[in-house]
Amino acid sequence: MGGSRVPDTFFTTPPEWTWWIIFYFFIGGIAGGSFFIASLLYLFGRPSDRPVVRLGYYVAFVGVVISGILLILDLHRPLRFWHMLIESNTGNLMFKSWTPMSIGSWGLLLFGLFAALAALSAAREEERVRWGPGFVVGRGFRTVVAIIGGILGFFLAGYTGVLLSVSNRPVWADSPMLGALFLISAASTAAATLILLGRRRDAVDAASLGKLAEFDKWALILELVAIVVFLVTLGAAVQVFLSVWGVLLVLGVIGAGILLPLAIGMGWVKRWSTKPATAAVLVLVGGFLLRVVTLLSSEQVHIAGHRVISP
Amino acid sequence: MAEAMGFFTDTTVCIGCKACEVACKSWNQLPAREGGQPELSGISYDNTVQLSGTTWRHVKFIEQFDGPYNGRWLMMSDVCKHCVQAGCIEVCPTGAIIRTEFDTVVIQSDVCNGCRACIAGCPFGVIDMNPVSGTAQKCTLCYDRMSVGLEPACSKACPTDSIQFGPIDDLRRRAQTRLEQLQSQGETRAQLYGADPEGPVGGLNSFYLLVDEPEVYGLPSQPKLPSRNLASSAAGSVVGAAVLGAVGLVTLRKRRSEDVAESERGGQPRA
Ligand code: SF4
Ligand code: SF4
Repeated sequence: MGGSRVPDTFFTTPPEWTWWIIFYFFIGGIAGGSFFIASLLYLFGRPSDRPVVRLGYYVAFVGVVISGILLILDLHRPLRFWHMLIESNTGNLMFKSWTPMSIGSWGLLLFGLFAALAALSAAREEERVRWGPGFVVGRGFRTVVAIIGGILGFFLAGYTGVLLSVSNRPVWADSPMLGALFLISAASTAAATLILLGRRRDAVDAASLGKLAEFDKWALILELVAIVVFLVTLGAAVQVFLSVWGVLLVLGVIGAGILLPLAIGMGWVKRWSTKPATAAVLVLVGGFLLRVVTLLSSEQVHIAGHRVISP
Repeated sequence: MAEAMGFFTDTTVCIGCKACEVACKSWNQLPAREGGQPELSGISYDNTVQLSGTTWRHVKFIEQFDGPYNGRWLMMSDVCKHCVQAGCIEVCPTGAIIRTEFDTVVIQSDVCNGCRACIAGCPFGVIDMNPVSGTAQKCTLCYDRMSVGLEPACSKACPTDSIQFGPIDDLRRRAQTRLEQLQSQGETRAQLYGADPEGPVGGLNSFYLLVDEPEVYGLPSQPKLPSRNLASSAAGSVVGAAVLGAVGLVTLRKRRSEDVAESERGGQPRA
């Protein structure tokens, strides 16, 4: 019982950020990732990629609306959600540039605005809606929305990991890698979502789906590297993963969520290699489990009396 | 600002009577747990177990025993440390947590929306949710009593003066005298925790005299601010975004092979 070997982050209380937040991190990541993939395709792709661009914008818009609802539901006083944006006792704007949750609240709001504009523009282009100002289908407007919204998409996908790190909790505060890891995972899960939804739409070009699969493959490789760096930088806190959470990380996140879809993508798994949808589903499962593992492994650690209880 | 006020808790004279715990609960009208049903912790003679949204003072029992007659009890009345640089204030996104004119740290319950960032941000695991108010709560150092010149309820109730209340400078002098006294009596393990304004988090306005390592009392040896990770974590994300952007440019941009395929199908190579 050498006390000095217990990391300092273990002497703290879990905030009980569990299922609402896990789903928010997963869906918010897909929303941000879909937008930046769509932006890249819009700015640098071909006209035949447009159906995927529109799909990406729709996914981003639906995702950001769900994200906002999940975040509000997680508050213990949901009707006070606006206290994050406006100081309730002075009416001034509430913004703290050194607090990820404060920056994130504004980031989510702004991203929601751009996702709505992009989705409206896409719906006008497809003539699904006929209302709204005409400029939303203008070229310049779309380029601006793609650039700013794309940057906000990257932000939304990554700030959640930074938010966890700016704390004193085990695992989260022990490695600087969570922001990068969540960002990369947002990219892989977003590409997988677009592949799955794109396959069902006639307008979507097979070549666009091929590019998404190629992008996803590289994102998975980056994700694997990021997970390894994450585990190495944890130091003594890595002991949290000597538990069921470590098993889930290795088998679920790395095995089923990264290596298997990579193998399918490379054509190494003969039985499944004709089914890119299988790979995409696995990527989504792995991305979800990544959030489950990073949140719940830390939530397990708490103090009772003077003792540290860890999994 | 009025003079900085705080607590000096000398754990060596604590007898574990829990008068402070009870005084705190009753002055602050904090609700019972589980509707007042008796609860046994099963791990200690202490049944409160931890600080929470409804227990703002908690007397820890540290039972250091090798055998039934061989060992010692350490008692420590734990509370918010009223950090000079407070992690909870740093991360609160609503501005609910403020520093008062007494240099103490108070959560405004009417502003808090229950996001729980402060729970994860406190290096000591002090804050938790109060299920009745739906807000994060902790010791206020009896802000209401102090504003009218009264001493906090816990230190007032403490029968051995283990909890001493007063101006911080005064308390530091008293603590130093007591430390020297113990050391001269041969208690070499005696140490002050959080009394040094040059130390971690700028010192604690509620500091302690301990007779073992901080970890033994369930205290971190080097409490840190959450913001220490902001730059490194943000930089990691920016690098991640740059690499992903580059991968996206390579894999998602238009390709010559696509142009060929498209013109074979009779489409336009570039619209
Ligand atoms: S001990 Fe925790 S709750 Fe108290 S002031 Fe310090 S950071 Fe805030
Ligand atoms: S729970 Fe309340 S006091 Fe704590 S960080 Fe959130 S808004 Fe601030």
